[in-house]
Amino acid sequence: MKILITGARVICPAQKMDAVTDVLIAAGKIAALGSNTAETAKNRNGKDIKIIKAAGMIVAPGLVDMHTHLREPGLEYKETVASGSAAAVAGGFTSIACMPNTDPVNDNRSITEFVIRKAAEADLANVYPIGAISKSSAGSQLTEFWDLQEAGAIAVSDDGKPVMDAALMRRTLEYAHSLQLPVIVHCEDSNLSAGGQMNEGYYSTILGLRGIPACAEEVMIARDILIAAFTKTAVHIAHVSTAGSVQLIREAKVRGVKVTAETAPHYFTLTDEALQTYSTALKVNPPLRSAADVAAIKEGLADGTLDVIATDHAPHARTDKELEFEYAACGISGLETSVGLSLRLVEEGVLTLPQLIEKMSLNPSRILKLPKGTLQTGADADITIINPQLKWTVDVRDFHSKGKNSPFNGWPLKGRAVLTMVGGKIRHNELF
Amino acid sequence: MKLEKKDILGIQDLSVGEINLILATAESFLEISTREIKKVPTLRGKTVINLFFEASTRTRTSFEIAGKRLSADTINISASTSSVVKGETLIDTARNLEAMNPDVIVIRHSAAGAPRLLASLIRQSIINAGDGAHEHPSQALLDMMTIKEKKGAIAGLKVAIIGDIAHSRVARSNIYGLTKMGASVALAGPATMMPRDIEQMGITVHNKMEEAISNADVVMMLRIQLERQKQNIFPSLREYSQHYCLNRRNIALAKKDAIVMHPGPINRGVEISPDIADDPDRSVILDQVNKGVAVRMALLYLLTGGSQ
Repeated sequence: MKILITGARVICPAQKMDAVTDVLIAAGKIAALGSNTAETAKNRNGKDIKIIKAAGMIVAPGLVDMHTHLREPGLEYKETVASGSAAAVAGGFTSIACMPNTDPVNDNRSITEFVIRKAAEADLANVYPIGAISKSSAGSQLTEFWDLQEAGAIAVSDDGKPVMDAALMRRTLEYAHSLQLPVIVHCEDSNLSAGGQMNEGYYSTILGLRGIPACAEEVMIARDILIAAFTKTAVHIAHVSTAGSVQLIREAKVRGVKVTAETAPHYFTLTDEALQTYSTALKVNPPLRSAADVAAIKEGLADGTLDVIATDHAPHARTDKELEFEYAACGISGLETSVGLSLRLVEEGVLTLPQLIEKMSLNPSRILKLPKGTLQTGADADITIINPQLKWTVDVRDFHSKGKNSPFNGWPLKGRAVLTMVGGKIRHNELF
Repeated sequence: MKLEKKDILGIQDLSVGEINLILATAESFLEISTREIKKVPTLRGKTVINLFFEASTRTRTSFEIAGKRLSADTINISASTSSVVKGETLIDTARNLEAMNPDVIVIRHSAAGAPRLLASLIRQSIINAGDGAHEHPSQALLDMMTIKEKKGAIAGLKVAIIGDIAHSRVARSNIYGLTKMGASVALAGPATMMPRDIEQMGITVHNKMEEAISNADVVMMLRIQLERQKQNIFPSLREYSQHYCLNRRNIALAKKDAIVMHPGPINRGVEISPDIADDPDRSVILDQVNKGVAVRMALLYLLTGGSQ
């Protein structure tokens, strides 16, 4: 059956489109765009067509989250590929890339294939596994990138852990480059961050918690930028959280280094001041930083230094979080609050709506070399319909994710994804 | 006057009025410990649990004696003998204790914020007996009580605190307390022992101890933890003691009548020379211990509804 979405503001940064128009979907693909094209007009009153009236809504290319943790295999009590996929489509994401720090680590073909099979069984979102850089993400021996890529891994990363060995990082970038396989780096000098619980600053001092200095992130970003420049390869920097990191990436881009970078909603929404309650919902790595860092992250998003807003969705069970602060796990369950929190940037004037959609759909698709993030005719009909005016309150009990670990529980937000379509199939629907 | 608080988690949460109330109550309890029969029936029928997840001799003993002198039933649980070793979480342990209806739980824990977590979950009063590098409120209260007794008042004094501030809950609680009471606080130690942005607590920071001690009314020395050497906080005890040990020479920079304090246990010859530690004209270290019992009696009394 064909679907015609009518009357919405259609925003497609890939085509520089921002107009009130119609979108026709047929056979799981975008068949036509435009209110008065022959194709859409012919279908408007046709039979065997589903009309979705979406006046006042935003129609965007399906959102792509390039940084999630789905926890399967091994940590299914926190999340599964199925529950994470359900959370994704509920949050407006049609495609998600999942990090390899499962148990065992996704460092070989069989785990990659397992994740893909689990995603096919769930049949909700497109799930793209990311393979490990090093065996067990232990930071010493390269994994078989070629094999991982053939099995379906779309990038490599040791996310959750840094690659401390600079020579290994060099070989990673070179070897991956020969396969055109994107490399995503978790930048943290683990000697500088050792034992750290939160951002190092006034609040870590008065709380008596061991600090993680901003430079623990920045020295590794500087290192990886230098290695990427020397080897003439591309590198993508995960979860940027400090002002110094933004500056390093900005300068590297000016010099022509092929560096891209992401941040996550909590890094432009919360500061370390909030940790005065010792709430473990706020414990995340990298940690929540200072107000000056938050301002710099917003500047980095506005001027294009930061290409992507990812969620770093890190679901945990209650038993991982209801502990003394220093024993609690790091992470925020982010898939179902990302759109609402990111729309605040539009409200604040940091980003325009097309810029926001670019950072949540087109840019991650390009970095991961996925044929996503566009509403061009012929593209997969991955579509997110957002109601930008809808006021709602975050209630973790409503999360589809098993991870209810959100510091935003109880927050009033404006705007959310009301319909998520993956390959022409409606996978989440609050619209009708 | 009553203390309108369920818990004592830190000096940060106490007002000047509340600190004065606790100190005045403690002063009225001092005399009990000098009696032939060192016991009053004030807390008869009340139960106090000392829940210690971290080794402690003096603080635990002090709380235990405080409870017993007020006739409370005091029970000591230490991490090595409790269910903690069986893998029970702090929350489960606390809920089990809560179900036994104690009146006050005194907790010491190596994790900063653990007493606050406990207080948020259970209805009984919690006293923080030291949590990580966060706070040690009863220590700061007994320190203030000692200073007040020796100096008449706290306001207007200069207090130097020397040593590993970064890892010291005693330093943090004293900084809150002393600045609230109107004293000025000067810290000294190598930069590796100074936590970031500590100046924002309204104190001054010095790298040389002589600068902090100069003209001080009170010099408070902190214990050096030997294991910090492995983290390269300092290169050797030898070098540390050459520059940060309180001795005859540098104490001369303080006021003539300056007193010397230490939360104990002391490392003789490391952060304090033996002749200063034992100098009856200077050292008030054992007065601190003595006041500790009275302060803890006051906290138990006020939290169980007593009034001054």
